[in-house]
Amino acid sequence: MTITAAETPVPAAAGRTPVHPAVRRRMLKKRFTLVGLLIPGGAWLALFFVAPILTLVILSLSTGNVGLGWHLTYTWSNFTQSITSYKAEFLHSFEFGTAATVVALLVSYPAAYWIAFYGGQKKTTYLLIVLLPFYVSQLIRTISWQFILADQGIFLGPLKALHLMPQNFHILATPWAVIGGLTYAQIPYMLLPIFAALERIDRSFIEASKDLYATKWETVRRVVLPLSTPGIFAGVLLVFISATGDYVNEVILGGTGTGVIGNIINSQFFVNMNYPFAAALSLVLMVALLIIVIVYSKSLGTEDLMGGGTY
Amino acid sequence: MAVTTPPAPAAPSSRPFVYAAHRKRRFKRPDFLHLYTVLLMVYLIIPLAVMILFGFNNTHGRYNLKWDGFTLTWYRNLFAIGQLTGALKISLLIAVLVMIVTTVMGTLMAYAIHRYKFMGKGVLNTILVLNISSSSVVIGASLLSLFVAWNVALGQFTIFAAQVMFSIPYAVITVRARLAVLDPAIEEAAQDLGATPLATFFKVTVPQLLPGIMGAAMLTFALSIDDFVTTSFVSGTTLTFPLWVYGSTREGTPPQVNVIGTLIFGIGLSVAVISGVIKERRDKARLRLING
Repeated sequence: MTITAAETPVPAAAGRTPVHPAVRRRMLKKRFTLVGLLIPGGAWLALFFVAPILTLVILSLSTGNVGLGWHLTYTWSNFTQSITSYKAEFLHSFEFGTAATVVALLVSYPAAYWIAFYGGQKKTTYLLIVLLPFYVSQLIRTISWQFILADQGIFLGPLKALHLMPQNFHILATPWAVIGGLTYAQIPYMLLPIFAALERIDRSFIEASKDLYATKWETVRRVVLPLSTPGIFAGVLLVFISATGDYVNEVILGGTGTGVIGNIINSQFFVNMNYPFAAALSLVLMVALLIIVIVYSKSLGTEDLMGGGTY
Repeated sequence: MAVTTPPAPAAPSSRPFVYAAHRKRRFKRPDFLHLYTVLLMVYLIIPLAVMILFGFNNTHGRYNLKWDGFTLTWYRNLFAIGQLTGALKISLLIAVLVMIVTTVMGTLMAYAIHRYKFMGKGVLNTILVLNISSSSVVIGASLLSLFVAWNVALGQFTIFAAQVMFSIPYAVITVRARLAVLDPAIEEAAQDLGATPLATFFKVTVPQLLPGIMGAAMLTFALSIDDFVTTSFVSGTTLTFPLWVYGSTREGTPPQVNVIGTLIFGIGLSVAVISGVIKERRDKARLRLING
């Protein structure tokens, strides 16, 4: 680059104010800095997030097999077939996901409320205890539940021995075990954002509510609850998406008749090797989740998920 | 409905007058909620306790299901299963690499988003939100499609690529949360005193960001070492620790898995507690400094 050319003031284009070379240089430098900051992560996301999703779309509209390769033929039958063939599994996924989200919310909120408002000096200790499951592999925790809930295990075994429960009673291999496992896994993810939202509530609002003769229940319902909606929103979103797509809990804790779509996608890829069909299944799941998330966000007021306010 | 008429004042007799001092006492501590919280904690800890306990179980069969007495055998023979040890090594190696690469990428990106206005910022934010709100199955499926379409050999590199990708948004969020509470005046002061932008970044911004960067590093390490679903799609024949454990469920998970789980738990918890204590001490020291 010729520095002398840059030094000479650029003739003003029609309707533009001339920019001083020094300002121009600084702007250019800023642009280089920005590119340097954004390129590593941005390129990675483009290559391994955007490109794969596009590949998934192309693959779902293709025909062919692993040996011969795939050709884009704009076949829509994969989509219609995926919904008709695996309606039950899709429904299970959304049922389990919804159930786990609702139960996790109901279970977590009171505890988050108590820790945030009455935790006092031990607040961090309580929070640490609640978040202890984070430090253990999710897979090992699920296996632990399989062990605890086994038909003659440490929970059902004694109850059956005391004849408090019929001998053929079982929890494993039922939808309840799957929902229970999912809920357990998601409670910390639900509790944390709700706790954070409750922590942010200005305590003088509670005082004001008291001074205005609200009962405790009224204060919770009309002051605390509305002010904690950002936390509920984030928690529900996080839990619903991850619980609906999960299949580890189903495989370990479920049985016949509890099949979920995640596992079907997995086996279509690895057992049947039907890639276009598996791609269509994944896209149906993705779009269904996306629609639910968008409708849900709009109905609760949009929230900047990336935690950075306006831009 | 008679909306126009102003609401009648509440009947004074319905609420007797109470002195403020007495009124404060009306909100008693909800003891049942305390009990409830403790019970929830117990419930959350039960599977962890089972995991730790059965790492000490003197089991003889292939199934580690019944208590057969206390033993330290599994701690002594921690690395007796070659495949498991290998999987653990690969997991740790990938987790360290993912942690370093993602934390650097995430920090730079968070800084750019926080400090600059640029074209495509909205698009970038949308991509980050979409990424974090995508189901692991879909992420795994799409990556597998890409790697198959491009004939990329599945293995450690593809696992690494996938894990960095889905960890980036978490690193960005963590660092941005820290950036949001920083005072931009400090950076401006550094520049006014003649520091170059690069020097400002490394000598002023990064040290202030350190808690956020450390948080991002711990989070991305944890995300990497615990990931099962996405990894299972792109691993090929490579086994990571979660993949090995998943495979073992069919024929009985050996107690060594409990031991490794217990050790990871202990190390993770120690790191969290120690960093918490350090932060508390530092905060107290700062408070003393401010108060004279």
